Amino acid sequence: MTELTGTQTAPAPSSGMRIDIIPIILFAAFAAAPLLASASGAEGYVLSLLTRVMIFGLAAMSLDLILGYGALVSFGHAAFLGIGAYAVGILASHGVEDALIQIPVALAASALFALATGAISLRTKGVYFIMITLAFAQMLFFLATSLGPYGGDDGMTLPTRSLVAGAGFLENDYAFYAATLLCLIGAYLLSRAIVTSRFGRVLRGTKENAVRMEAIGFQPFRFQLAAYVVSGMIAGLAGCLMANQAEFISPAFMTWQRSGELIFMVVLGGLGSLHGAIIGAAAFLLLEEFLPEMLHAASFFLNDDVRWRLTENWQMAFGPILILIVLFARGGIMGVLRRGSHG
Amino acid sequence: MAEPLLELRSLRKAYGALAVTDDVSLSIRPGELHAIIGPNGAGKTTLIHQISGMLPSDSGQILFDGENVTHLSMPQRVRRGLARSFQITSILPGFSALENVALAVQARHGSSFRFFGNAAQEQALNEPAMQHLNTVGLGGRASIPAGLLSHGEKRQLELAIALATEPKLLLLDEPLAGTGHEESLRVVETLRRLKGRITIVLIEHDMDAVFSLADRVSVVVYGRVIATDTPESVRANEDVRTAYLGEEETV
Repeated sequence: MTELTGTQTAPAPSSGMRIDIIPIILFAAFAAAPLLASASGAEGYVLSLLTRVMIFGLAAMSLDLILGYGALVSFGHAAFLGIGAYAVGILASHGVEDALIQIPVALAASALFALATGAISLRTKGVYFIMITLAFAQMLFFLATSLGPYGGDDGMTLPTRSLVAGAGFLENDYAFYAATLLCLIGAYLLSRAIVTSRFGRVLRGTKENAVRMEAIGFQPFRFQLAAYVVSGMIAGLAGCLMANQAEFISPAFMTWQRSGELIFMVVLGGLGSLHGAIIGAAAFLLLEEFLPEMLHAASFFLNDDVRWRLTENWQMAFGPILILIVLFARGGIMGVLRRGSHG
Repeated sequence: MAEPLLELRSLRKAYGALAVTDDVSLSIRPGELHAIIGPNGAGKTTLIHQISGMLPSDSGQILFDGENVTHLSMPQRVRRGLARSFQITSILPGFSALENVALAVQARHGSSFRFFGNAAQEQALNEPAMQHLNTVGLGGRASIPAGLLSHGEKRQLELAIALATEPKLLLLDEPLAGTGHEESLRVVETLRRLKGRITIVLIEHDMDAVFSLADRVSVVVYGRVIATDTPESVRANEDVRTAYLGEEETV
């Protein structure tokens, strides 16, 4: 029986041959959205919301790379968002405002942090791994709060969005949206290539049965560490984008709640499909955004006072909804979509 | 006499006061099929764990192919040609049978730090993998997810995986355990074909299989080797009979 349940999460062997339609629709929707945004009349709001969705999608996808394909539950992934954001912010406050310098620095810093903390935390398993990644992220969080010159607890406003080769076009929200979408698609294609490659196959195999992998001569640690570094770098990139979108950095980017949200997004979307994590991030953020209004509309039959309280305390409904989705939609949103397409 | 391929010198593994293997010394000659038998709980599987590197030994030495491998990890031993199968089937259930074997081919050949190119489409990995599947008689089941294979087929698959690591020595921990009659005949047939090409250390309870396949048999009782000899002599050995009385009537 355990073997049968084990096969449910793994893709059918034929899926490699089939062209997956869902990510194409997903990215096409992101690409078309700005057109609708300009027609909606609230383009600033729509663009900023969707940019945020894509940035979190990028971060959640990076987590899916190690969580969905490597079964490594990192409870400190927001640390990389913080590293990316602070790389942008600290460099900008010293007058280095070009993304062509900021992003490589952010990626290098994320890689180093992942290498150092991964080398230690990957020697543990299960709950210990979760706790140790959390501890490292908290260390970074408190480091950020103590960075007086860079805003400390309160955070710091960026003078401007990053330049690209000296040009300031990211100030335009459409251009920034497009740049974020390009980063997301680029990272998606890279991750897709990684999980089907020789390396990715070893990673997936280690997730299924680490002892078996050792018995054919692989040392899982090396592969998990490399995946952890790649994942951290992609999350670091998401951090760069996040700082630029908000034009603000603060330790709040790397709270443990944020790490928890990322895990939730991945589980909500469905583990181990990459685009599922993006869908999960979208579902999470859009639900968070619109739930108060949805609650208000849905409770028309109640008196105004109760309606108001319900709308005000929308998180009371948010939690149970998420729990119900995870409980009843096994395999997350992707699981539901997959079952739908198989009849 | 040729150098032994595998030499165990006074291996010992104890859990607290209980010595599971105690002063085990064995020489495995190149090319032989060496069976290890003994009553349940005699320490046979622990011995395989120690040889393969899954469990560290408390004391003693393991020499493989002239090299002291006592302190090497399991992956390091595998790359030196020391492969094993498991008593409790250990496969990748979500991977197809072919992919299970192709991964072992990949482990043996070339880099696994390749981040591009679809590994599942690589003929250089799939062709040898297919050959190994054919060797164990699973060629027709290559695309089935390994988790959906029958128990006997999983045992055969494990054999194919072990073969794909191109071992000099194959440690087989009860390859017939839990298989049906037909399946067990097929595995025995496969082992007979491998015999002579690869050195095999076989732990098995099926005495018919042991005595028809083995060149030499070692008997382990309470963690100690009480006899190592040809199947005929072991069968006649008085100590062995005593050790087995009430346990297995077949010897």
